[in-house]
Amino acid sequence: MSRIEQAFARLGKSGEKGLVVYLTAGDPNRRGSLAYLCGAAEGGADILEVGIPFSDPMADGPTIQAAFRRSLAGGMTTGRALSLVSSFRKKHETPVVIFGYYNPFLQYGIRDFCRDARSAGADGILVVDLPPEEGGEMAPEAKRSGLDWIPLVSPTSGGDRVRRAAAVGSGFLYLISVTGITGARKALPPRLPEWTREVKAQSRLPVAVGFGISHPAMAKEAATHADAAVVGSACVRMVERYGTSRQGPVALRRFVQSLKKAMR
Amino acid sequence: MRESASKRWPDRTGHFGPFGGRYVAETLMTALIDLEKAYRKVAGDKRFRAELDGLLREYGGRPTPLYFARRLTEKGKGANIFLKREDLAHTGSHKINNTLGQGLLAGRMGKRRIIAETGAGQHGVATATVCAKMGISCVVYMGSEDIRRQESNVIRMRLLGAEVTPVLSGSRTLKDAMNEALRDWVTNVRSTHYLIGSTAGPHPYPMMVRDFQSVIGKECLRQFRKIGGGVPAAVVACVGGGSNAMGIFTPFLGRKKVRLIGVEAGGLGLATGKHGAPLCRGRVGVLHGSKSFVLQDEDGQIREAHSISAGLDYPGVGPEHAFLKATGRAAYVAVTDREALDGFDLLTRCEGIMPALESSHAVAYGFRLASKMRKSESIIINVSGRGDKDIAIVAESKGIGRVPH
Repeated sequence: MSRIEQAFARLGKSGEKGLVVYLTAGDPNRRGSLAYLCGAAEGGADILEVGIPFSDPMADGPTIQAAFRRSLAGGMTTGRALSLVSSFRKKHETPVVIFGYYNPFLQYGIRDFCRDARSAGADGILVVDLPPEEGGEMAPEAKRSGLDWIPLVSPTSGGDRVRRAAAVGSGFLYLISVTGITGARKALPPRLPEWTREVKAQSRLPVAVGFGISHPAMAKEAATHADAAVVGSACVRMVERYGTSRQGPVALRRFVQSLKKAMR
Repeated sequence: MRESASKRWPDRTGHFGPFGGRYVAETLMTALIDLEKAYRKVAGDKRFRAELDGLLREYGGRPTPLYFARRLTEKGKGANIFLKREDLAHTGSHKINNTLGQGLLAGRMGKRRIIAETGAGQHGVATATVCAKMGISCVVYMGSEDIRRQESNVIRMRLLGAEVTPVLSGSRTLKDAMNEALRDWVTNVRSTHYLIGSTAGPHPYPMMVRDFQSVIGKECLRQFRKIGGGVPAAVVACVGGGSNAMGIFTPFLGRKKVRLIGVEAGGLGLATGKHGAPLCRGRVGVLHGSKSFVLQDEDGQIREAHSISAGLDYPGVGPEHAFLKATGRAAYVAVTDREALDGFDLLTRCEGIMPALESSHAVAYGFRLASKMRKSESIIINVSGRGDKDIAIVAESKGIGRVPH
């Protein structure tokens, strides 16, 4: 069983909902990034999603765009992001999902990247611009290396696409809560419970709901019909606000604790 | 790589050999599949074709002339130079061919809102024009750098009732405008048609835009035959995303004797790294939903392009051009900013035709090529747009300022 599967098995046993926390590798800078990842893990995140920055993140809103800019300006590269995962892995057992856009992986070399990510201690990979139609270029390599392949489904995916995604994926299914880009929002779409139930019915994998979830009550609500909630931009905003200050990772840890508490 | 002559590209999955595809977020996949279905339906529909042909003729001003440039030919002392006059099409460039086609299609699909990206503003103006004509609301994303250097087109779009949204991220040019348009589309995908202006982006755009633009090459074939010329020895067009080039190349692809040459933006020179020539100097990568040649660093981060012409200032290129390069069916070269300005001067002074700075790249290379060819041969240069929008940039480069009061 992979670390991700173990995490969901443990949550299932205790009847708890999972919390996935997203942060960008190299944000606010290379050293500071590790402290924030550790803060999130210590706050009780069940899974960490670590973003590899890309110059043209077409599915991301202003918060993550800015994080990518900070990270790239600080000299982050795909290779250095893997070193960061490796440093994190020496301190914590929290499962890590690599998040990114396809081109940096393609330039690194798909096979090399999957192998190196696995040996750095990553557990899964999510490529935002690789739908099932193009996923054949990477999903088999990821699986061969022992990484879970995390597919995305959205409110516009019909039942067929959800089944197809669930069939190629492992670990969990990432349900995008809205038709839109990433970014903290004030409320969840009213039809989310219905979508979540539909996706759950088509998938043998656990379902994590993400995009727009910005505070504890929303995380609780989003996870009600799913297995986990993903909180991204709201956490990245804390990095934006505190930067390299030592209070930053502490504040993030407390925020993650408050999310987790609301979801219990 | 060998190209099988009988096969029609792209394949069913939207690939041109190893290029093309649909590298987009899941949220857009259903929209792309629906768009492809809707397009394939109208592509085989005689009534749609007749309606579009009527619009191209009565509204778009087609066919545009194929003009024999006598003085330019005499000056070159080589091949006969013919100009395909897309600058005479409504709105001043070839962009109207595609916006009329996609506008009609969006209407059939029941979309009441159209968004577009634009670099030089020609595609933005052509989109705003079609939206005004059809009574559809229109939002155009444009990099703030391009808004500055193509002000007259911004004014035209606003007069036509379009909302021009400045994009302040990245290099503030076409690449960033396309990112922002894609973000809008992801958000409003159910109500909105994204009217991409180039043969770039995810499938079906490269195929669909090429098909709508192929009217350029089809007319050339007919017009050239009519003057008794058979087929030309070469066809030359500028390449940014690549729509005017695909439009004029496509009907000639099967005529193997015709050399097809795409001219990229050489910027300050290929050696300086400041250019917009991914086919000449890029590597295979994925940008804006398709796999093609891309200007990028070692780590796969997209590099900023540079060109004096906003329409060629783009680090990617349409996937079918990548395929034509890989198969050897077309050749790609680059012309610098300086040479393009000389091309502008040449056509303006020699023939009284002011080409867009984009088209000036094709003029500069085409003239040079013609002068090395035999007098019995002929070439066609695609003058994809008119240069009125660029006169401030040209004047600045010459040090001709405003007239003092």
